[in-house]
Amino acid sequence: MAMPESLYYFIQQLINGLTVGSTYALIAIGYTMVYGIIGMINFAHGEIYMIGSYIAFIVIAALAMFGIESVPLIIVAAFAISMMVTSAYGYSIERVAYRPLRGGNRLIPLISAIGMSIFLQNLVRIAQGSRDIAMPTMISGGVDIGPHEGFHATLSYMQMIIFVVTLITMFGLTLFISRSRMGRACRACAEDLKMTNLLGINTNGIIALTFVIGAALAAIAGVLLGMYYGVINPYIGFMAGLKAFTAAVLGGIGSIPGAVLGGLLLGVTEAITAGYFSSEYKDVVAFALLILILLFRPSGILGRPEVEKV
Amino acid sequence: MMRANLKPAIISAVVVAVLAGLLLGIRLDQQGTTLSLVGAGPDVYWKIGAAAAFLFFFNLFRDQLSALWKGLPGLPKAPQKLVEVSHKPALRRLFWCFMIAAAIIWPFLSNRGGTDLGTLVLIYVMLGLGLNIVVGLAGLLDLGYVGFYAVGAYGYALMAMYFDVGFWTGLLIAGLLAALFGFLLGFPVLRLRGDYLAIVTLGFGEIIRILLNNMTWLTNGPNGIGGIPKPTLFGLEFSRRASEGMQSFHEFVGISYSSEHRIIFLYLLALLLVLITLFVINRLLRMPIGRAWEALREDEIACRALGINPTAVKLSAFTIGATFAGFAGCFFAARQGFISPESFTFIESAIILAIVVLGGMGSQVGVILAAIIMTILPEMAREFDEYRMLLFGLMMVLMMIWRPQGLLPMSRPHLELRT
Amino acid sequence: MSRPLLDVSGLTMRFGGLLAVDGVHLSVEPGQIVSMIGPNGAGKTTVFNCLTGFYKPSGGKILFDGREIQGMPGFKVARRGMIRTFQHVRLFKEMTVVENLLVAQHQHMNTNLLAGLFKTPGYRRSEQEALERAAYWLDRVDLHAFANRPANTLAYGQQRRLEIARCMVTQPKLLMLDEPAAGLNPRETDDLKELISELRDQHQITVLLIEHDMKLVMSISDRIVVINQGRPLAAGTPDEIKQNPDVIKAYLGET
Repeated sequence: MAMPESLYYFIQQLINGLTVGSTYALIAIGYTMVYGIIGMINFAHGEIYMIGSYIAFIVIAALAMFGIESVPLIIVAAFAISMMVTSAYGYSIERVAYRPLRGGNRLIPLISAIGMSIFLQNLVRIAQGSRDIAMPTMISGGVDIGPHEGFHATLSYMQMIIFVVTLITMFGLTLFISRSRMGRACRACAEDLKMTNLLGINTNGIIALTFVIGAALAAIAGVLLGMYYGVINPYIGFMAGLKAFTAAVLGGIGSIPGAVLGGLLLGVTEAITAGYFSSEYKDVVAFALLILILLFRPSGILGRPEVEKV
Repeated sequence: MMRANLKPAIISAVVVAVLAGLLLGIRLDQQGTTLSLVGAGPDVYWKIGAAAAFLFFFNLFRDQLSALWKGLPGLPKAPQKLVEVSHKPALRRLFWCFMIAAAIIWPFLSNRGGTDLGTLVLIYVMLGLGLNIVVGLAGLLDLGYVGFYAVGAYGYALMAMYFDVGFWTGLLIAGLLAALFGFLLGFPVLRLRGDYLAIVTLGFGEIIRILLNNMTWLTNGPNGIGGIPKPTLFGLEFSRRASEGMQSFHEFVGISYSSEHRIIFLYLLALLLVLITLFVINRLLRMPIGRAWEALREDEIACRALGINPTAVKLSAFTIGATFAGFAGCFFAARQGFISPESFTFIESAIILAIVVLGGMGSQVGVILAAIIMTILPEMAREFDEYRMLLFGLMMVLMMIWRPQGLLPMSRPHLELRT
Repeated sequence: MSRPLLDVSGLTMRFGGLLAVDGVHLSVEPGQIVSMIGPNGAGKTTVFNCLTGFYKPSGGKILFDGREIQGMPGFKVARRGMIRTFQHVRLFKEMTVVENLLVAQHQHMNTNLLAGLFKTPGYRRSEQEALERAAYWLDRVDLHAFANRPANTLAYGQQRRLEIARCMVTQPKLLMLDEPAAGLNPRETDDLKELISELRDQHQITVLLIEHDMKLVMSISDRIVVINQGRPLAAGTPDEIKQNPDVIKAYLGET
């Protein structure tokens, strides 16, 4: 009897890991797309995710105050508004804090991004308070895996929603990048920004677009994780941003499939660390993983090795 | 010209109003389990409105403003003579003597609070100068500097707790320990490109903090370590009653006890540490190793072509920078008498980085000035404390846009050539 | 005949599927000026990068001063006395002219930390020697008056000269110049020609040169190596090269 029990325990960790991992993947895409095009780590990206969560909570609370109780409607509204607002944030941040700095020393935009991250975090802290804000569970229940009596694993409906939404988003993004005109321009920019510009493509617009897409995906993650955990505070963006960056590097920064793979891998690694060792050390494991990857395979799992230009 | 700017002006004002209005104008309010929304109150609306209006006019008149800015006579251009004068070594020496004298007199003129604040400033000066080696001179963005600070502080606290080590031995050990950590972390990591390095060091700082929080058996976890011994002066303690086999300062000198003695002593000790730091860094700057740091920041490929080993040079900057953080950490622990992992969060790293950025990367005077501004401003106005980090963040962005070289850019050493 | 200073055989460099350098042979005698010419994209700079350790060659042997150096990291190659410039000026822009020259002498100086902190006599002497060497070379390239100016405030031609001075203070055995005349006006090019000849005649420096200016190449080179599409096409004295039918067809034929 001992074997299946530990098996179900493992399955449960796997499910939990993949859930969190897919949201890491969503955030990681924002890092990877921006890095792929302008070679900059958008340090403030984690805060966009946090803002996405707050907007979602505000929308949900507002609809509840108007007496709207249809859960699907609330969720769709939360996604739509949150994505719109964070997109605007993503665009504005790029316009104000990064665009004037393009083309110089790499550290200068990075420091600007760190400043932006601190600014946004404290803006939300001052406006919304630093305490946790909790939301009642909207979607409960789930499917049991294994025997009903005794020990089993559970795949909750919320987790299913996370998987489905992530899958749809990834599918849509892939289609956009590979099929649309804009997507083709994006790929051209990632290949050679200067050349693309010379060919008459508005590269500023494309760069802004990647910030907008990244921010919208981060908002999706913000809404999903906000509902999954049910608790938010102004500081969640920092850690989530770091984790997502780790995921992007793990998969190979610049590569979108890599970001997804890295996110899932990191989520599972963390869940297994938390499940079998101690949840306190899951962050340590994540960072250690980042350091090891950068040391032994800086181009990540799916990334192309960078050739130094002499 | 103004009409061309009208559209962006309106757009930026509207965007700011909407974005800020949604996030700042509405507050999430939690009563038990129900979540509701409340308005943030008229003063916030006024602020948002003012910000939108400011952006509107700023964008509308941006051409005129930039023309005005360019036409502005003065500050950035005029002091050519001043620059020449400030290059005269005798005058520089006089300036430094005056600064040091003022710093020494300060605790005797000021009250207890002022002296305490001065000590805090000096700690940040030391941290800023140390990080300046890594970021400003060598051009390595280290976001985990607080990790070495923590290593120094905990190194001394643990040594004192388990092995009964005194302050001066502890200072040495803390510096060496931080240097060792810097070396061990730097050795594998410094081959990475600049922005990766930033994130890895950030991860390192977080790992240190999480470990301190969770290794309860060693560090007492989040509860921290208390009763850390205070510094002594040649074996003299600054307490009312000396502990077994020790003598206290006031008995030795033959004056009555005052708790202010210790405050002043701590201040002067911090000043001494800062002066040593300044001396060492100034020497380093004019040594081959210091020049190699800067050359590496300027062009790593050219360095390699000239026979400079980039990894070794970076490692030396990283290790020496870490050592100063270790010293500062040890002093911090001894001054506070109590430390916990909470003092060593990423925010602390960000504040030290902000000091370096504001002061001007590579500039010693700039770092001192920035440390004074950054530490004293929040103390001057208590209500400002709430907005401190917000303004730090904003300042970092604005500095990068308008003055990435900092308030006081580094002045180059002048070398006389014999012909 | 003396042993060649640099002896390259079968040098090959592959980037993915692209064969950028394919079996290049090169031999440089001490005290010679050897030029490498060839059309744009022929792989000349790639050869430089392989020789100086910036690329790890995919195959071949590089003998420098009797030692194999292929695959060695760049800074170690440089310490053996093979010093190069780049197609684009690569000065330490914010640092002063004389500081640029001091950085370059790093490997010859007393870099002991404690010696510098306490300014021991040995350290002072090493610092003084470095300054004197810097002053000497600043005189040679006519930049003495600019010693304490930041390098990025110099005019382009001056920056080019400073780069050569920066190489010379390292006391190289082989000086490798990658298109030193690019962007110079005719008068500056003549000055450059004179400087390079002096380096050979007065300082016994061996020079390996990549250059497109045919007048310059033909007038100062002892030997010329022609590379085309990554492969060696011809080698010989300037006169031999001028008359080589392959070279004329592939390269000089245009004029």
